[in-house]
Amino acid sequence: MLLRDLIRLSLGSLVDQRMRSFLTVLGIAVGIASVVLLTSIGEGVRRFMLSEFTQFGTNLVSINPGRTTTVGVSGAIINNIRPLSIADEEALRRIAGVIDTIAVVQGNAPVEWEKRSRHTTILGVGPTAAAVFKIDVARGRFLPVDDQRAPRAYVALGSTVATELFRETSPLGKIVRIGGERYRVIGIMESKGQMLGFDLDDAVYIPTVRAMSLFNLDSLMEIDLLYQAGLESRTVADQARRLLSARHGAEDFTITTQEEMLDVLGSVLNIITLSVGGLGAISLLVGGVGILTIMTIAVTERTPEVGLLRAIGAGRGQILLLFIGEAVVLAAIGGLCGLVIGAGGAWLLGALVPSLPTHTPWLFALYAELLAAAIGLLAGVLPARHAAGLDPIEALRAE
Amino acid sequence: MITLAGICREFMVGDERVAALRDVDLTIATGEYIAVMGPSGSGKSTLLNIIGLLDRPDAGTYLLDGEDITGLGDRQQAALRRHKIGFVFQFFHLVPRMTAAENIELPMILAGIDPSERKQRVAATIDAFGIGNRARHRPDQLSGGQRQRVAIARAVIMQPHTLLADEPTGNLDRVSGGEVVEILEDLNSRGLTLITVTHDPDLGKRAGRRIRMVDGRIESDR
Ligand SMILES: Nc1ncnc2c1ncn2[C@@H]1O[C@H](COP(=O)(O)OP(=O)(O)OP(=O)(O)O)[C@@H](O)[C@H]1O
Ligand SMILES: [Mg+2]
Repeated sequence: MLLRDLIRLSLGSLVDQRMRSFLTVLGIAVGIASVVLLTSIGEGVRRFMLSEFTQFGTNLVSINPGRTTTVGVSGAIINNIRPLSIADEEALRRIAGVIDTIAVVQGNAPVEWEKRSRHTTILGVGPTAAAVFKIDVARGRFLPVDDQRAPRAYVALGSTVATELFRETSPLGKIVRIGGERYRVIGIMESKGQMLGFDLDDAVYIPTVRAMSLFNLDSLMEIDLLYQAGLESRTVADQARRLLSARHGAEDFTITTQEEMLDVLGSVLNIITLSVGGLGAISLLVGGVGILTIMTIAVTERTPEVGLLRAIGAGRGQILLLFIGEAVVLAAIGGLCGLVIGAGGAWLLGALVPSLPTHTPWLFALYAELLAAAIGLLAGVLPARHAAGLDPIEALRAE
Repeated sequence: MITLAGICREFMVGDERVAALRDVDLTIATGEYIAVMGPSGSGKSTLLNIIGLLDRPDAGTYLLDGEDITGLGDRQQAALRRHKIGFVFQFFHLVPRMTAAENIELPMILAGIDPSERKQRVAATIDAFGIGNRARHRPDQLSGGQRQRVAIARAVIMQPHTLLADEPTGNLDRVSGGEVVEILEDLNSRGLTLITVTHDPDLGKRAGRRIRMVDGRIESDR
């Protein structure tokens, strides 16, 4: 029997039973559509998260005080931790391949101008932070290169802070009070939006040392190293580890490379995508049961036909093939419809709700279609085997 | 050439064994015209089914063209049915959702014959059987006689050498029954071995050889 004849015969009997074929196709289509739609959302979210993370550039290594084990969040912190200091930062900067370092201190404090006040995030950073974090300056300039240990009281405002405090007035050159101290506004940052729930626009940037004294800290919260593109993050991390260990006498800090973070994030997000897709697969299962039911009914109804086919020269194998072919064609049509509905739905969702990113990975779509065909195959096997096992004479008599 | 020797066939009905064929010996030469007659339940259909390889005997040997087919597997038997034997049934057994032409084409599809050749052969056969204007009709749009003609066309499209007809006129009125018999006899006159089961004595008389079965045995063979 030729393949195209098999498909033609299958289509013929499916068209003959239009209504129930349609319903069965619908069952599979809903399953495939939900798999495609859900994985599209999952994949969209995955890509969105990854792009959020990489927007600060990927050639970053960050160092935090305290030892974090790989298992726990902040595992066993050694008692005599030596704090990360500005001196540490200056030493790290001399590592070959390191272009820049940023010492970070963070806290919350009110920022006041005239009668207005806004409680906001204060980021103590170095002058290169804007370039490293890829936040552009809208007006004015970022913190100047200054005496690291006694920088002048300058502040760069996030865009939200600037508009909230100053409204129509230009903030440049104005004096604001941060935690009671006077700072001159020298720059306003471009709006960067949220990053994983943290509003970068609702923050102000002041020199690290000033932030340390503002929050009464004697150590840094984080040191970020920006290294040359093309270098292995591991090499940079190893050098930093050796250097700091020597300075501190022990490894009482944690080094995280951007790559590591992306790896972990990526695999977590992959699992989310897969499990969300798995949810859709449950409805596929229901569709598969639909095919099983319809094919069982079809075999019963067409028992005399099976007998006739045997009489005119069909072997058991051909009978098996005919019914399995029908189930697979049914499922494949359902899969195709589901693909169109699912991908279309994902696209529509992405267009209507821009905050919900969707992306249909075409490989997944192909898998979904193959999955549908496989389900048809599985659901068709049992009834088809029954049909193939029928005694031809009994079958002919079952009128 | 069909040779049956010592063929037995039993059925289990509940706990009881029913012997449908008891020790049947029969030799049929190519081109014969045989009418199998006898009371209901005497084993006529069972005999035909065994000759047609739809059923297997419990004992005995069956030589088809000199080849012992009792030991053949399903696939080989199917191939023999496809190429050497045609079946015609009392209840026509046309596939209801297919047109007359599609029904006739079916055995060639199973045999994997090329579509263009199939088309040609179907067209030729439809003409020969006088159902040209009914080719696109489905079985429920055909009369009984027309249905049986389609069924016969389907049975001979693969050019078998033996045609088995189990009460081919049993469901037809006299006129269309007569037409069907004429077609069958015409096929026989062209060399096809024709074996019909019939309850109609007039029909039986037309056959060259009459086999009367009683209780699973061949009672007379003239
Ligand atoms: N599949 C079966 N299961 C059980 N018994 C069967 C089966 N097929 C035939 N028989 C029995 O075998 C015997 C012969 O049956 P068969 O159909 O060959 O008779 P027949 O001569 O064709 O009768 P009829 O003229 O009514 O068609 C009968 O007693 C019948 O009950
Ligand atoms: Mg009978």
